[in-house]
Amino acid sequence: MGASKVIHALYTDDDVLMSAVKTVKAEKHHIEEIYTPFPVHGLDKAMGLAPTRIAIAAFMYGCVGLTVATLMMNFIMIEDWPQNIGGKPSFSYIENMPAFVPIMFELTVFFAAHLMVITFYLRSRMWPFKNAENPDPRTTDDHFLMEIPVHDNEKQLKTLLTKTGAVEVHVIEKEAH
Amino acid sequence: MYTFSKRLKITSLVLIIVGAIGWISSYNSSHQLTLEDVKVLLAEENAHHGASEAHHEAGDAHATTATHSVNEDDHHAEEAHHGDEHAEHVLHQMHNRPYAALYVAAFFFMMISLGVLAFYGIQYAAQAGWSPVLFRVMEAITYYLLPGALIVLGIGLWAGDHLFIWMDPEVVAHDELIQGKSGWLNKTGFAIRGLIFIAGWSLYRYFSRKFSLAQDQADVNDNSNFKKNFRISAAFLVFYIYTESMMSWDWIMSVDPHWFSTLFGWYVFASMFVSGITVIALITIYLKSKGLMEFVNDSHMHDLAKFMFAISVFWTYLWFSQFMLIWYANIPEEVTYFITRIEDYKLPFFGMLILNFIFPFLVLMNSDYKRVPWFIVMAGIVILFGHYIDVFNMIMPATVGDRWFIGVPEISAVLLFLGLFLWVVFYALSKAPLLPKGNPFIKESEQFHY
Repeated sequence: MGASKVIHALYTDDDVLMSAVKTVKAEKHHIEEIYTPFPVHGLDKAMGLAPTRIAIAAFMYGCVGLTVATLMMNFIMIEDWPQNIGGKPSFSYIENMPAFVPIMFELTVFFAAHLMVITFYLRSRMWPFKNAENPDPRTTDDHFLMEIPVHDNEKQLKTLLTKTGAVEVHVIEKEAH
Repeated sequence: MYTFSKRLKITSLVLIIVGAIGWISSYNSSHQLTLEDVKVLLAEENAHHGASEAHHEAGDAHATTATHSVNEDDHHAEEAHHGDEHAEHVLHQMHNRPYAALYVAAFFFMMISLGVLAFYGIQYAAQAGWSPVLFRVMEAITYYLLPGALIVLGIGLWAGDHLFIWMDPEVVAHDELIQGKSGWLNKTGFAIRGLIFIAGWSLYRYFSRKFSLAQDQADVNDNSNFKKNFRISAAFLVFYIYTESMMSWDWIMSVDPHWFSTLFGWYVFASMFVSGITVIALITIYLKSKGLMEFVNDSHMHDLAKFMFAISVFWTYLWFSQFMLIWYANIPEEVTYFITRIEDYKLPFFGMLILNFIFPFLVLMNSDYKRVPWFIVMAGIVILFGHYIDVFNMIMPATVGDRWFIGVPEISAVLLFLGLFLWVVFYALSKAPLLPKGNPFIKESEQFHY
């Protein structure tokens, strides 16, 4: 693949962007990507993206955390160095479980939260020292950018996007990655 | 506009009648029991598990430490009277059962109403934009609060020492711990405090409903009724959190007058809050299925289900906080509460954790399932049953000891109050349009989407 042409349309309001997305989708154009300064509610649905599976991953990470906590405390507090917990020296994990529940809970949350963030970064292809893909720094401030690939319909797209309330429309030669 | 259908009227009336007949017959049969009957019963039981007699004795001693500690002392001192004392004690517990069954059911339905009132107050005080479409359902449920709470207080006073042993002067005379608490735990104080709580809640409910209806009739630019509602709701919430806590000491915790827990008020609050929200969801789904609440969309149901999920977790957090500290410290006067429940109430005590935590946690965790009505209904029924068991576990061990069962008196009492609750709530629903069209947030609420 060589260079391809894309169109960049900039918006200054999330509501205008939302209705623009709906119009563009209704005209059966493919939206490559949208860059926004903050998460816009319902944008994924309007763009027709597949639903996220991060919740399933989070559940599994939580289960891993729960298992790690249980095995770890069973080894530390019961097997390796048996402890007298709360004046009840039963040396059994299940009988001392109330004392372990807070740690089991914390590690479940810890694993779910951290691994979920790491998964999100990896899936979004964000890692240290990576060059930003963001085509226009204003999208980190107060502008919204919609990127649409051009297939010999430059003019038609330009008029459509201007009509939807775009404040700027540029055609860009983009290196494929 | 909802009209109270004839079918529902008949259903609730039948529930009331069946429940009343069942409860009265079990009341009569328990009061015809004599000491001789109980002795025969005990002899039969001993024959059945003679081998485990030692264990039974130990369990019984724990079960009764809180209630009849006086009897317990005698019981050990005078071995000769041992059999009689024990039989009399069991007879008392059997007499207590219909009272306790009635009280548990009455409290359970009252607490649904009170939980909804708190939820409603929070919506106004927070000026919530998503919920106004549900206000009429909430107002209808809280209509039950005044009769329901008066019934609970009435049963408490009428049952007297069948439920609250500190109401028995004979017990107090021999019990220094209760004597020390008698400044708070006395019948006059109990009645006066109860009436103050009920008066405060009902006044708020009365004015809030009045302003809510007046706002519908007011001019588009006139939000004065809404503002009044905002102010009284904020004031009510302060009053509520104090009185709810004191109510839980008076109406529940004092059945075990030796025992205390400082987060008990919160614990009961979590229970009533989640039951109340669940009932809002169930009634809304019912009305929506009749095509009367088209303005309620999936996102409203999703939010109610989120609350059901979240408050179930919150309830578990408080249950565990209370349990773990007492378990860890292992102080005899505190830990006896849980020992009774673990030894004599193993199934309801731990079963409640499955019903109130694990089941709603797993069923309502998935975002999509929170929008499926039959999932909400299924989880809701389990949550309500679980919180009935929660109240059961709070009242029964102190009143009937190990003589518990979910049988005729318990089920009849639930049917009786279910019938009354349905009658009152659906009557109130039929009194006003289901959409509070004058609420300044109504447009936002109708368009609410997630």
